[in-house]
Amino acid sequence: MRDRNPQPSSEALALINARLVDPASRLDQRGGVLIRDGLIADFGPYIDAGAAGDAEIVDCAGLVLAPGLIDMMVFAGEPGHEHRETLATASRAASAGGVTTVACMPNTDPVIDDVALVDFILRRARDTALVNVHPMAATTKGLLGEEMTEIGLLREAGAIAFSNGKTSIANAKVMRHALAYAKDFGALIVHHLEDPWLAQDGVMNEGEVATRLGLRGIPAAAETIMLERDIRLVELTGGRYHAAQISCRASLDVIRTAKLMGLPVTCGVSINHLALNENDIGSYRTFFKMKPPLRSEADRRAMVEGVASGDIDVIVSVHDPRGAEGKRRPFAEAADGAVGLETLLGAALGLYHNGHVDLPQLLRVLTANPAGLLGLGSGRLARGAPADLVLIDLDKPWTVEPERLRSKSKNTPFDGARLQGRAMLTIVAGRVVYDYAEGLGLNP
Amino acid sequence: MTLLDLSEQAVTLSRQIDKKRDDLRGRTLINLFFEASTRTQSSFELAGKRLGADVMNMSVGTSSVQKGETLIDTAVTLNAMRPDILVVRHYAAGAVELLAQKVDCSVINAGDGSHEHPTQALLDALTIRRHKGRVEGLIVAICGDILHSRVARSNILLLNALGARVRVVAPSTLLAAGIERLGVEVYTSMREGLADADIVMMLRLQRERMTSSLIPSQREYFHFFGLDYDKLARAKPDALIMHPGPMNRGVEIDSNVADDTRSVIREQVEMGVAVRMAVLQALARHLPNR
Repeated sequence: MRDRNPQPSSEALALINARLVDPASRLDQRGGVLIRDGLIADFGPYIDAGAAGDAEIVDCAGLVLAPGLIDMMVFAGEPGHEHRETLATASRAASAGGVTTVACMPNTDPVIDDVALVDFILRRARDTALVNVHPMAATTKGLLGEEMTEIGLLREAGAIAFSNGKTSIANAKVMRHALAYAKDFGALIVHHLEDPWLAQDGVMNEGEVATRLGLRGIPAAAETIMLERDIRLVELTGGRYHAAQISCRASLDVIRTAKLMGLPVTCGVSINHLALNENDIGSYRTFFKMKPPLRSEADRRAMVEGVASGDIDVIVSVHDPRGAEGKRRPFAEAADGAVGLETLLGAALGLYHNGHVDLPQLLRVLTANPAGLLGLGSGRLARGAPADLVLIDLDKPWTVEPERLRSKSKNTPFDGARLQGRAMLTIVAGRVVYDYAEGLGLNP
Repeated sequence: MTLLDLSEQAVTLSRQIDKKRDDLRGRTLINLFFEASTRTQSSFELAGKRLGADVMNMSVGTSSVQKGETLIDTAVTLNAMRPDILVVRHYAAGAVELLAQKVDCSVINAGDGSHEHPTQALLDALTIRRHKGRVEGLIVAICGDILHSRVARSNILLLNALGARVRVVAPSTLLAAGIERLGVEVYTSMREGLADADIVMMLRLQRERMTSSLIPSQREYFHFFGLDYDKLARAKPDALIMHPGPMNRGVEIDSNVADDTRSVIREQVEMGVAVRMAVLQALARHLPNR
């Protein structure tokens, strides 16, 4: 299968005595999953020790067994920034976070805008990664926003979708052509939303906090204007469009309207924008500097509402490893970005624990929805589907200790945060790639 | 007699040793080409000469247009020289129509911008009819740069009038808005668009458009929209391969396919002379002072 990097395990595995939660089929019941040849051979209430046969038995002790998380937005650093992160280290972080599939972004060095580079990522992932890795290819050559890439050939080579990295395609004509052309190949265009001129020189959300800190602001309109333009272009072309991240209420309103119009529009939100706001920047803490910037508390609450209502389709980690050379600088000069693969699930479960989003909906935006957008066969409990699973202890308390993170870079905004709930066991293609109990995959 | 029947006679005449008629004896025909052309210009010149006309070729490079003269001033100047027929090619849609309003003589459109190229459509119809015995009911797939093509527009009009089922096949970025309202079926995949086609008509990829972000690269274009044996296999086994020229071998058409026994690309050129003779003959009957 093309959409598998890690080779399927030939060992049979029976996960029994679990609470099976599958948002795609609205399943929530006691039972087990039987895995053979890296696929889900069977699942249901009748899968118990007696039904395991020759399979190795894992007793789940009543914990939640769900499809593994699918993270649509990961900056892996390879090629070009291996000192920050490699596909291998990113995949270890993913496995510890219950993430079984990542889509890696094309703003590497060189940019993933050529068939040979898609091939490189897939080969490196096959050889070094613990989880499934799918490259997103650049929408425009060199991410310059001028000429579209070989979308058809890149798609054939295995590009899962197309993104312009952390920049918007400012030229509306180029965006129009990309949407129209991608449509012929059924390709999804993922777009970062930021009007380059409105956001120019800005380093955090525009408003009172920025003013007090003496930092230049980025208005929420920089995002919403670009989104509104894109919606018009989707209306014109009929191309499939996904707003990589929205971060403010106004953008949510635009998405709602577009969906009401029946347009092929979806959107994501980062875990950071669900869990944090601009006040967390405090006294110039650069680990809280990101794109789009952390917004107001009102906007954060709107994002949570959007996830609960289903208007926001996916939650992404926007895992973006940065070293000290990028972060240990004055705020305005510091690099954007935060690591997030290992904290994604724990931070997201916060929304469940405080009653804002129910569990099936929370898991849906982390599994079935991204799988659907990317056209993957995973993200659900189904016979014949890839055995990519995560065992979740919803209540497990833990403290985020940066030095224990598997990512090469430690720039987490959740430094010292006490989270409730985490991945206990992560399985990719039938193989256990992370086991909390054994400390498997822990940093030496 | 229809233009196509008249063209058949011109084909016969052109294959004789003595190719001369005198329909246009004493008449002056000016080829006025504001855009480079090989086959259209030379075939109009030959057609005019075979019918006995005095033919003068004017192209932009040698005319006063380069010195800044407007289209209308050029037309008025030439009109003062008392030609009988002007054959005009211009890079702007509607320019031939505009010029026709300003002169007394007959004007033939030899291609205006992305608008029309009527004699090309006629020669294509003639080529099709000679091979298939008819045009009606045939599936014609016009493939490639529809957006910029005057050949496509004229063929859509004429082949529809003659009862063919016309398809256009192109990436969405090279399709013109509302093209489906012109009486064609629209496809964005060669495999689907060529299925059971009787005629595969390839258009030249206008390479000068490559930089305007309409398609990513020539190799991708050839991979998905270039006519190769693999895609051609979707058409009927006896499908005709056509191309108005000039071809970009390896861009919109595989070199071997272009030279295949089913290719009638060279024959199209021969039909070009015949059709233009027929057009001039038909016009000659209606010229004043006859």
